[in-house]
Parts: sequence; structure tokens; C-alpha cells
Amino acid sequence: MNLLGALFQSSIGKKLLMAVTGLVLVGFVTGHLVGNLQIFLPPAKINTYGHMLESLGAGLWAIRLFLLACVAIHLWLAFKLTAENRAARPQGYGVEHTNRATLASRVMLRSGIVVLVFLVYHLGHFTLRVQHPEWSEHTFRLADNTMVRDVYRMTVQGFNSAGISCFYLLGVGLLAYHLNHGLVSMCQTLGLKNERWTTGLERASAAFCWLYFLGNAVIPLSVRGWLPVLSGLIQR
Amino acid sequence: MAKLEAKVPSGPLADKWRRHKTEIKLVNPANKRKYEIIVVGAGLAGSAAAASLAELGYKVRCFVFHDSPRRAHSIAAQGGINAAKNYQNDGDSVHRLFYDTIKGGDYRAREANVHRLAEVSVNIIDQCAAQGVPFAREYDGLLANRSFGGAQVSRTFYARGQTGQQLLLGAYSALSRMVGAGGVELHTDSEMLDLVVVNGHAKGIIVRDLVTGVIRRHNADAVILATGGYGNVFNLSTYARGSNATAIWRAYKRGACFGNPCYTQIHPTCIPVSGDYQSKLTLMSESLRNDGRIWVPKKKENRLKKPTDIPEADRDYYLERIYPSFGNLCPRDVASRAAKRMCDEGRGVGESGLGVYLDFSDAIKRLGESGVRERYGNLFDIYHEITAESAYQTPMRIFPAVHYTMGGLWVDYNLMSNLPGLFVLGEANFSDHGANRLGASALMQGLADGYFVIPYTVSDYLAGQKPGSRPSIDNAEFAQAEENVTAMTKRLLSINGKEPVSHFHKRLGRIMWEFCGMARTKPGLELALQQIPALREEFWRNVKVPGSAATLNQSLEQAGRVADFLELGELMCRDALTREESCGGHFREEHQYEDGECKRDDEKFGHVAAWEYQGEDVAPLRNTEPLNYEFTKMSVRSYK
Amino acid sequence: MVSERSSKEFFAVTLRVWRQAGPSASGRFVDYPATNVSPDMSFLELLDVVNDGLTVKDEEPIAFAHDCREGICGTCSCTINGKPHGPGHGIATCQLYMRSFKDGDTIIVEPFRARAFPLVKDLVTDRSAFDRIQQAGGFISVRTGAAPDANSIPVPKDDADLAMDAATCIGCGACVAACKNASAMLFVAAKVSHLGLMPQGQPERDKRVLAMVQAMDEAGFGNCTNQYECSAVCPKLITHDFIARMNRDYVKALFKAKFKPVSSASGGAG
Repeated sequence: MNLLGALFQSSIGKKLLMAVTGLVLVGFVTGHLVGNLQIFLPPAKINTYGHMLESLGAGLWAIRLFLLACVAIHLWLAFKLTAENRAARPQGYGVEHTNRATLASRVMLRSGIVVLVFLVYHLGHFTLRVQHPEWSEHTFRLADNTMVRDVYRMTVQGFNSAGISCFYLLGVGLLAYHLNHGLVSMCQTLGLKNERWTTGLERASAAFCWLYFLGNAVIPLSVRGWLPVLSGLIQR
Repeated sequence: MAKLEAKVPSGPLADKWRRHKTEIKLVNPANKRKYEIIVVGAGLAGSAAAASLAELGYKVRCFVFHDSPRRAHSIAAQGGINAAKNYQNDGDSVHRLFYDTIKGGDYRAREANVHRLAEVSVNIIDQCAAQGVPFAREYDGLLANRSFGGAQVSRTFYARGQTGQQLLLGAYSALSRMVGAGGVELHTDSEMLDLVVVNGHAKGIIVRDLVTGVIRRHNADAVILATGGYGNVFNLSTYARGSNATAIWRAYKRGACFGNPCYTQIHPTCIPVSGDYQSKLTLMSESLRNDGRIWVPKKKENRLKKPTDIPEADRDYYLERIYPSFGNLCPRDVASRAAKRMCDEGRGVGESGLGVYLDFSDAIKRLGESGVRERYGNLFDIYHEITAESAYQTPMRIFPAVHYTMGGLWVDYNLMSNLPGLFVLGEANFSDHGANRLGASALMQGLADGYFVIPYTVSDYLAGQKPGSRPSIDNAEFAQAEENVTAMTKRLLSINGKEPVSHFHKRLGRIMWEFCGMARTKPGLELALQQIPALREEFWRNVKVPGSAATLNQSLEQAGRVADFLELGELMCRDALTREESCGGHFREEHQYEDGECKRDDEKFGHVAAWEYQGEDVAPLRNTEPLNYEFTKMSVRSYK
Repeated sequence: MVSERSSKEFFAVTLRVWRQAGPSASGRFVDYPATNVSPDMSFLELLDVVNDGLTVKDEEPIAFAHDCREGICGTCSCTINGKPHGPGHGIATCQLYMRSFKDGDTIIVEPFRARAFPLVKDLVTDRSAFDRIQQAGGFISVRTGAAPDANSIPVPKDDADLAMDAATCIGCGACVAACKNASAMLFVAAKVSHLGLMPQGQPERDKRVLAMVQAMDEAGFGNCTNQYECSAVCPKLITHDFIARMNRDYVKALFKAKFKPVSSASGGAG
């Protein structure tokens, strides 16, 4: 079997692709979070950042296509592996018994699907701007008088909607939960894990997932005025 | 009358094998693939033989009744494997291993065979290490050894307490490689039910597929049986439940002589029987005797008292008392018989009165509980699983159990039986252990036969057979053998009696244990020789075998095996009765020294008894092969 | 934990056993009451007793796989109350004693379930897929008689001990039976790691892992989702660390197979 064939067809190859695309996406969402946290700075910061990204041109599209490919592979493998796994046990047990598989590990497909729906909405909102086209008409004048899209206002306006905020919290919450199994699992698949440091790895992974969730959650909560100190930083 | 030619090569003992190898007839490499060889059994001997013969270019078909070759009971051997490597620089040598084995066997083995075994023992370790068997190592990365079974040198190689498993997996990997390469055709779930003899030569077998029930004929240029021992004739033993004598017994009924059937090894350290439902006796490694002290109460009335409440002065450490120099480490047969004597005196412990204590309290005082746990923790856990007792707090109860059979089909120096073309390896043959086997020697013999003897000796026979001359499976002999098998199956299913197979197996086991176990007497054996035929008659009248022959039918499998045991048991008693002496695993109460030790009669019984089948309900013929001790002096075995 | 119960107390349980006459027959659970159960009886001995009872009643006994009855041959294979080899820890079904159950319990007994282990009858399944994986590469190709002196190949003690941990696998298939995906990764990883950890196993290390994983995939096992149900039920408590090791070995071997220079003479007959 050639290299690509083995990667896409063998069980370990597929798991490896799952882990690597997962790793890329973890990198992306982490960077994305750091960018988003600029919401607590004056609006010019995040709008400049947004403008900088948009003006990457072909580079932006290259990145977008790469990320999209990762999502596509991750998704396709998730469905394919799940289908194969179900087929591997056509007749189930009369008694279902779980020894130690975590709940997170057992709902990966379901948590992933919710995250996917959220992702589609999110892209529609900010990237394609189909949900609320009127919001994208907001513009912002930078210090050098350039008129750019007012991402800041779009965000604040979005989270003014309780529904969107709740959906957002659910999405990032489940993503964090998904990653809690995903990160450690990735280390196992890449052969980077053993029992001597599993506990440390699991703790680090849990800490990362909590940080990721909280980092994301503070944005809608602050916008909605529920976090007194941080809410004060938001400009309406 | 069968011709028993041992075919031992002439010349000095140490040169025999080397010389024989150079004189043996060879098969031209281009012709090897024209020969087909059947190997029945895939334990150490069978797997090793099948793999090695296929490597040489022979076409091999290997049959196992298990669902995988890796399940053979060689896998359960715990202690280790002996080899005269002398890695420890403690004075070991091929000659010393030879001598220990001959002496341990109570001078009832063939000298030349045993010497060859000791010679090739060193090659076995090389072979297994190269296969990746994870033997225990020292910190320098070299192989570790321990002293085992009372040997005075450290020559035992081991892999934790799972040496048999690791060696079997090594042989299984070699076999798997040859199966993958197309050199071996593997038939699992396949039980040999008859041997086909054409013009006096073994040329095929009849096999039942245990899953589909289909019966098939297989022809070959030579047939190798490596089907293990027959200790399950006692029902309760340390053997696997499936271990059986069917292959060798049906070969016996086709004319192969059965050598020394009465030689049975009883292992001293097993967990006692707890109830009638019991299916299996579990061995507690002999290594426990290195630190545990064996005792029974001095007074009968104390036998049910809590052992920890019996004061030191009221305990009888009988092995230390009777055998001051070897003490708790005396050989297996000696330790087993001593335990039986204690129980016969009414001093046995536990509810059944069939048990002695193996006490670790001194070891715990000396090494601490953690020290004992480190050495024997897993064995103590097994004991706890089975008995729900903690051996850290109260002594273990142990009792001897049937563990190995030294007897088996008679073979010459080439491991060929008196039926040309039929070879018998490992525990299934009668050879190298004489009347008693030493610890860590069974694995050695199985692998020696399979890896290093049969690949040479089989060509001596095949060279005399024209390539392509094997008879067709359409021959009358094949048809008759198949008919024989089908008829027996049909008969078993049609009896429709009232008792399950296990009922008869248990009763046979009780007779055998009572009269042909650790101690045998003339009246007892005579009684057994009346009871066994009666039980056999009842079996054929009243056994219930449900189900059909066309599917997996475990009752049917078991019925066939027990039917054979019911005949083999009788032969064992007959052999024990005619051997009017005591030696190793055969103890006749009439023949003992005052201290209860075996009294051999070299003059009259310094020979192998090889029984020849004469037909149903006809007494078998007792042939003998004299054992000519040219190089060692037969002396009295003493472990005092 | 095992209770310290006197062997005198007998009790009663109900065995709810999967009965299926053959691979294509339909199966169902059937209840068998068992009285006079001794706590000192092994679970398989209880099956023996129940079977003898069925036999004399002219019913077909329950087919179940068993042999050594001391936890080493890997033949026994029941799933008991949803857990392969039952409620114990680090034991095979044959080492399970009835003192692990209470009076009045209903014990549900099923075969190991996986597409790669087709059912033969009742509780017996066909695990020959494991043999096929071994035949694909689970060996070191040393001919009989070709071995150098055993001590000419030193093996660091730590490696030998770790290899032995992997080699304790009894090939029972509980890992497959417990895995939510019926994956055989623990079995294959144990085999690959045992040989891969030893110097003797190095020459064929890459070839071996590639061939064995391919054979595993062809047999129809599921994929590993790193949930470690396998090692939780392993009667020899083999760790899933070996799976991580195999993943690494596999990927290395894949890339080496693609990019390592090859001799122009390879493939030619010698």
C-alpha cells in the first residue's frame, strides 16, 4: 500500500489523519480565541486586526481552504470511522456495560455535530454574512481614516441576542468537551503518551479546555453585562 | 509380536548423536516438497516439528483440536526449561544434565536418548532466544537462571511464571510464519480419530471437523503424533480439560506399542479438591517449596483445628524430619508419597482430610510480608482466588495431583514407533524421562524432539519411501478407518442412556486415583481391573450423548475421549500390576525399603514394557525392550 | 473483592444464557435456574453442572469454550453481565468463582460479540482472525538451527521486562469484546510491541507492523477510539500504552517505506 493509500485507508492511518487535522483545528481555535479577546480593548484594536486578516487576500484564502480541508477530512473520517465501528459489531450485547470510557469519549460524534452546526452559523454570521446582512454594513474609521468593517459592533450586537449567546455558549462548551477527549486521544494516536505521564497530560488537557471555554464564555457574558468588571470594558 | 528395535547408534555415549546425524539417510532438497507429512498436535513438540519440517521444504499439514494452535496445554507450564549452558559457571555440563535426568528418572530411560536431550538442550535456548522469547535477564542484559526442582546447579531458564506460554508462543510464531508462507496447511478444530495403516506403514489419519462434524481422510508419507499426555484418565489433574489420549490410543489400537503406561507423575503442590463439581486441580509452582515449610499435626485430633492455634511442638515437619539433607526440596514423587502417608495416617488437614500445610510464617518472619509478596505474590493471589484464604495469614493447604505421564507410545532412537512412518514426540511418547520427570524437563523434551530430533530422523524413513508413493485416500484401508470412526460416533449418539459423560469420567478417575495413583498394591490393581471393564460396559450401555454429529457437539467429543480413557485406564493398571517393583512415578507398596522409598528390581524390570494391542476383550501382549546401561551405574536413588 | 464466606453456604442463581444453534440460526436468551451453588465453585464448573442437568433432561447442553481452566490458554470467552470474563479484575472467565455472586442473582451470559469473531454456537465464537494476523507477521524469521548463542544478543533488562509485559497476552479476545468498536488494537499492539522491543525483532520491525495492521484491518475489526475498555478487561492487564507504541511504529514504518532508499538489487533472485 502506498503512503497516501495507507493514511486514508488503514485504521491507524485514518486515526492519524483525525489526530493531525484535529491538532490543526485546535491551533486555529486557540489563535481565534486570542484574537477575539481583543474585544476587551478599545474597538480600534479588533477592527484593525479584522482588517489585517481580510487584506491578506490570496493568503487568507489559502489559509481558509487549508482549514476547510482539515474540517472536511476530520468530518468525513468521523462519519466513516463511526460507520466502520458500528459495522464491526452487528449484534450488540444484551447488557451494555462500560468500564472506563469517559462520557466525553462516547459522545464525540454528537458533540462534534453540534460544534459543526455552530461553525456553519458562525461562518454565515461573520465570514459570509448571510444571517444578518444589515450588521455587516457597520463601518469603523481607523486612526489613519481607513474605513473598515466594524467587527466590534457586529460582535456586541450579536451577543445582545440571548438566543445567539446561548447557542454560542453551547457551541464552545461542547467544543471544549470534545477537545477534552480529543487532545489526550491525539497524543495516544500520535504515540506520544504512556501511563507514566498520562495523569499529567490529562490534567493539562482539562486545564486547557477549561481555559478555552472560559476565555470564550466571558465574551457574551460581558457583552450581556453579567460580569461587572469585564462588562465595564465593553463599549456599546 | 512387535519388533522393538531401539536402533541406538553404537560408539561412545557422547558421540552417538553426532555420528548418527552424519550417517542418517537424507532426502534430496528438490524431492522434499514431494513428501507430505501430517503433524497432529501443535504444542511445543508439534508446532516446533511442523515449522521446522516446513522450513526444510516438506509439505506439512498440522491438525489441532483447539481453535488455535496457541492453546495447547504446553502453555500452562510455569517453572522453566533446563539447558546445560553453564552460563552460571557452577559446574553444569551436558553430562551432568544427562546424569541428573537419568537418575531422576530412576534408571528407567534409554541412556542414548537422554544424552541427546542434554546435548540439544543448549540449542533450544539459542533458538528460542532468537525467536524473541522474553526470557528473564540480569541487569547486564544476559540470561538469568535459577535452580529448580532440587537441582544442584542453576540451569533453569524462565520467563516469569509463564515459561511454557512464552516457549509455546515462540514455537507458534515459527509455525504461523510457515503457515503464512504456505509451507504448513493448518487445520484447527480438527480431531484425529483414527490412524490409517497401509501395508504396515502409517500413511494417514481420519479427522473429524469439530465445528461441522464432517469426517475427512488425510493421506501422507509420514504421520507425527505430538498430542501430549494422558493424565486426564484420572479426571482430576492439572491437565487442561480437553487434554486427551485419543490420538495415541487409536494409534495403539492400530498396532503401535504403548510404553510404560503406568508411569504417572504426581505433583506435590496443588490446591486440594473442594467438591464433587470440581473440574480441575490447580498447580501451585514448585518454587513455593523453596521458602514454605510442609507440615501436618502430630496428633490426629488436631487435624481440623485452626493451624495457627497448633503450637510448634505439636507440628510434624515431616519432610525435614525424614529427608534432613533435601528437606522440603526433595523430588516430586518423594514429596507426594510422603504427603499421602501422612493423610493415610489420619493426619491430613482440611474438611476432606486430604491436604497438608505449606506454611510461610517462618519465611514471613525472615523476609517480611513484602519480601514474600515479591517472590510469590501472584501465586498467593491465585490461591486466594480459588480458596478465599490468605496464605499470608494461614498456611496454604496443598495436596498432590496428577501432573504428567512419563509413559506413552513406544519409539526408537529416531522417535519412530514400531509402526514404520509413525513418529511420536513430546509427552505423547514414552522416552526420555524414565519413571519420573524432573522439574523443567518437559519443555526441554518437547522442543528437543520438535526442533532438533525429528527434522533429522524423519528423513531416514522418508528416504526409503519413493516420492509420490503414498497411498490414495480411496484405498480400502482409508475407507475402513473412516467407517470405524463413523460407526463409533453413531454408536455413542444412539445409546441414549441416563448418565452424562462426566459421570463415568468421575467414576473412572476415582478408581484410578484410588488404585493406580500414588501408591499401588496387587489386590488394589486386581480390583481395579475388575471395576474398570464393568464401568466401561456400563458406559456403553448407559451414557447419554445429546445432540447430533453434524454440528459442534462437545458432549460427543468428550464421550469419545472418555471411551478411550476407559480402555487406557485398564492398560495402566495392567502395566502397574505386572511391574513388580517400585520406581519413580510407579510405587508398589509391596516393593519398598523400610523408610518407604522405592525398591527397584533392576534384574527383572530393568526394561521398558511396551504393550501391544491384540483386539477387543483380548489381553494385550507385553513386549519388553531391555535397558542396557553401558555408561551409568544403576544405583539406589537417595535424597536423604 | 472476594468475600470470606464459608464454603458451607449454598445459594441459588439464575443463568440467563445466549442460545444460538449455529451461525445462521437466530439466537435468544434462555433462563436456567441453578441451585446448590457453592461459593467455592468456579463459574465454568457451574456451567458443567447445569449442562449435566440439561443432558439428563435430554436437552442440548450449552456450548462454551474452555480448556486449561487456569487462566493461561485464552480459550474461555464469556461476556458476563456485559463484561468480558465477568466481574473480576485481571482474570479470565475460568478463574471466576461463584463467591463473586449473591444468592438470587441473575447472571447474563453472552458470547464475545464482534463481526471478526463470527458465532459458532451458543457461547462459542471463531477467533481465527487472531491467527491470521499472527501469520501475516507476528514472528521473527529465524530458521531452526540458525540461531547464534543465546547470550550473544544481550537484551537490556528493562526492555526484556517490558517485552514480557506485552508477551503475556493469552489471545482470548476480551479486548475486542469489550471495545465499543470491536477493535483488536490491544491484541495486535501487544504482539507488535513484544517483538519490537527486543533487538532480535529489529530487522523485521517495520515490515511486521505494516503487515499485521493490514491483516487486522482486513479481518473486519473496528477502529480504536482510545477509550481503553480493552485494557480494563484484559485478563493479563496489558496496558494500552502498547497501542500508542504501535501507532508510532506504524507511522514511522509507513514513512520509511515511502522515503527510505532501496537497494537496486532488491527484488532480484539471489
